Amino acid sequence: MAPSEMKTALTTHPFLEGLPEKYIDMLSKLAFEVRFEQDEVIFREGDPSSLFYLILEGKVALEMGAPGRQIIIQTLEAGDELGWSSLLENTSKQFRARCLEPVKALAFDGARVVNLCEEDHEFGFHIMRRALALVAERLRATRFQTLDVYSPKGVRVP
Amino acid sequence: MSTAASASPPPVRPVMEPAPVRVASVAKETHDTFTLTVTPPPGDPVALFEPGQFSMLYVYGVGELPISISGDPAVRDSLTYTIRSVGQVTYQLVTRKPGDFIGVRGPFGTSWPLKQARGKSVLIVAGGIGLAPLRPAIYSILRHRGDYNRLVILYGSRSPRDLLYRKEFAAWGLLPDTQALATVDYGGVTWRGHVGVVTTLFRLVRMQPKETVAMICGPEIMMRYAARELEARGLPPEQIFLSMERNMKCGAGFCGHCQMGPYFVCKHGPVFSYPEIRPYMDLYEL
Repeated sequence: MAPSEMKTALTTHPFLEGLPEKYIDMLSKLAFEVRFEQDEVIFREGDPSSLFYLILEGKVALEMGAPGRQIIIQTLEAGDELGWSSLLENTSKQFRARCLEPVKALAFDGARVVNLCEEDHEFGFHIMRRALALVAERLRATRFQTLDVYSPKGVRVP
Repeated sequence: MSTAASASPPPVRPVMEPAPVRVASVAKETHDTFTLTVTPPPGDPVALFEPGQFSMLYVYGVGELPISISGDPAVRDSLTYTIRSVGQVTYQLVTRKPGDFIGVRGPFGTSWPLKQARGKSVLIVAGGIGLAPLRPAIYSILRHRGDYNRLVILYGSRSPRDLLYRKEFAAWGLLPDTQALATVDYGGVTWRGHVGVVTTLFRLVRMQPKETVAMICGPEIMMRYAARELEARGLPPEQIFLSMERNMKCGAGFCGHCQMGPYFVCKHGPVFSYPEIRPYMDLYEL
């Protein structure tokens, strides 16, 4: 991906919307393009968290193993972020990420992004505020999902 | 099938007197949900409904329940209901055979604000069986497509096997200026669609919030989340409408079973504007 294309992709990604240009430039030096095929596994549950992705194209399923089956608990697509746990230290992946469609994304080494955050606290504030909003949104959605609101009331009479 | 045409005023039927209607068909939609089509007596007012209204369906000798009408409002010689079998009366309704008779009262209640939405985009947000009361509104919008801008239909369900009207839903998504997106709370590994609660689809919607009217129907918790989220995204609250469900008995505002704050849901609802109903949405049903 050409540098100008990279910058456009970063500027227009919802996660980085409104981020000052100088910080976009900093991130563009860390970002690299990655592509995955349909059904390719990006990471598995228990893998060490290392890369953080901004999805540009395609769809990814976050899956969790349950006894005897695999459950998709969320899908992510263009405009979404994947792998926020790489912005934390000493964490491992909680889910398996599998591509439902061919995926194009920008990847960052989470540890390098965190280092930049520590070196420049204003940059760190911008990134962590976005990460917090993302985690809050995922938490809200997960709570809502666990309520099982579509479960039928009552019992079917035979 | 005949369609609506204005004629002489319909006869009046006492509000508490069920019209005997013949069951035309019962079609299986999902593992626990069925669509029941009945044929009312010719010209009977029970068939004259607006999208969003409901009927009281009576299984003789068993009991009576409020069920939203899920068919095309322009079709006047039959009535369609989509029913999830979760109890004695619903089970009896979905196990009727063609030719059987049931009783129907109604139609009752308020309707979706289709006139108010003219000239605007319409955002339909349905959860679970909540797609059924919205389907007549979708039919009506599609029948008068030039009166509206974009039509967006978002549908959340528990799992892929719970999705209603799957072929029809897929066809809606292929129409011009129409977006139809479904999501499930839990997908199997073969499911290639969206997984996540219905509000996670909002970011994929292409429309101007100020020029949009939203119509929401589903579990109350889902409607609360959806309405709040839409307001946060710039939809004026007075352009958000919800269909409430309460335990209704008479259907006509007499008995008070479905009271919600100052409202009787059967008479002042089931469709309310968000500002009307918001103060009472956290009241538990008695």
